[in-house]
Amino acid sequence: MLPSWTENQELRSMSEKPRLIYFNGRGRMESVRWLLAAARVEFEEIFLDTREQYVKLIKDGSLMFQQVPLVEIDGMKMVQTRAILSYIAGKYNLYGKDLKERAFIDMYVEGITDLMHMILMFPFSPPEAKEKNLALITERATHRYFPVFEKALKQHGQDFLVGNQVSWADIQLMEVILAVEEKTPAVLLAFPQLQAFKTRMSNMPAIKKFLQPGSPRKPPPDDHYVSTVLKVLAEE
Amino acid sequence: MSASERGWGGRRRQALISVLSWPPAQRKERTGNRNAEIMAGKPKLHYTNGRGKMESIRWLLAAAGVEFEEEFIETKEDLEKLRNDGSLLFQQVPMVEIDGMKMVQTRAILSYIAAKHNLYGKDLKERAWIDMYVEGTTDLMGMIMYLPFQPAEAKEKNLALIIERATARYFPAYEKVLKDHGHDYLVGNKLSWADIHLLEAILMAEECKPDILSAFPLLQAFKGRISNIPTIKKFLQPGSQRKPPADEKFIAHVKKIFNM
Repeated sequence: MLPSWTENQELRSMSEKPRLIYFNGRGRMESVRWLLAAARVEFEEIFLDTREQYVKLIKDGSLMFQQVPLVEIDGMKMVQTRAILSYIAGKYNLYGKDLKERAFIDMYVEGITDLMHMILMFPFSPPEAKEKNLALITERATHRYFPVFEKALKQHGQDFLVGNQVSWADIQLMEVILAVEEKTPAVLLAFPQLQAFKTRMSNMPAIKKFLQPGSPRKPPPDDHYVSTVLKVLAEE
Repeated sequence: MSASERGWGGRRRQALISVLSWPPAQRKERTGNRNAEIMAGKPKLHYTNGRGKMESIRWLLAAAGVEFEEEFIETKEDLEKLRNDGSLLFQQVPMVEIDGMKMVQTRAILSYIAAKHNLYGKDLKERAWIDMYVEGTTDLMGMIMYLPFQPAEAKEKNLALIIERATARYFPAYEKVLKDHGHDYLVGNKLSWADIHLLEAILMAEECKPDILSAFPLLQAFKGRISNIPTIKKFLQPGSQRKPPADEKFIAHVKKIFNM
């Protein structure tokens, strides 16, 4: 029995767990899962398997721009991944201590998001373009993005990217490192700082737990995931 | 070592003191001294001489009443120089020199400016709504921005998609927001980044289809109101730093610089 989307918003008060509505896979929601998990926030998930569920969400007016991710949190029906992530980061003290630290976190996150976007779109690219796209992901990671974070860590010698405390940028970087390694296992060879960073982050209790089987972390996208997304969104 | 031994005595010192009393723009011209530029405090925008991703930044600074300088990338060599100087964190522009930082990534730059100039709401929740609205207008403006870079045979279809999205997805959302609370501004009954961004998107969409707001009376009123805010009104007048839509010649020029 599907939950009713027209339930009075007040029923989901501030003490309720956030509820994530998305496909049963990584996509754009995975960064949200990472951030909530790292912040030790328990959450619920509703998976979109059919077009009917999606159409109902739209008809109910739950999706501001007719798109998922949708996260019901603190009485809001939040859409737009970046807005959701910024809110969570701000709420759980993962956004630096002042405007300038936030600026650096934003810059790093935006760079990482560009790389992540290439990985996200990869399963949806036509077969003949896949080899080229994979090469581009590896090239960008090793020549454009990873050098920046390697340098940042080397320069200040601290454990975290910004302000000597864990932030949204560190969690996002950890996520993208693992995602690129799934495609190019030796990608961190030339980046000793990032190797050490990855080890440190993996050992943080909340992240360690998220990396274990049985957590809300989703597996890499497979054909079933791709076909479900295309079916639900009716994109040919 | 005394100041005079270091060459800071006498004429050099007098020259520096007199330079510091000049208006900022003149300081830069005469000395090219980086310190003078930093002390002048104006943000400096690095981009091509066109809208692209920098235009939203020009809008926001202008609306906030912040004067800014621009250095235009005219050739591939200009871009290479910025890259080789280590000025571009991810080898990309926009880049804005502001408050001692070389900021890149449009959204990061816009967020910083919005927060600095009190255009980002009063608390976390208002920021959340502003972020959601801005992400929507960003998506719409992104489609319009990339239109000239699409293959010619896809242009007609893509233009139709832009109009469809504007009138069936984005504008209805903002019309509803204004209708539901009845305020003049999108969030918190106060001007924010979201309002400035929406006005920019409306004007861009109207360039695609002049009567695109015909079904949205509240957005029409909104457009009128926000356009009349003095700083924005000034930005909309000829002679401001607002850039015109890209023509074919400019597109070809940009493609060359960025190897597109």
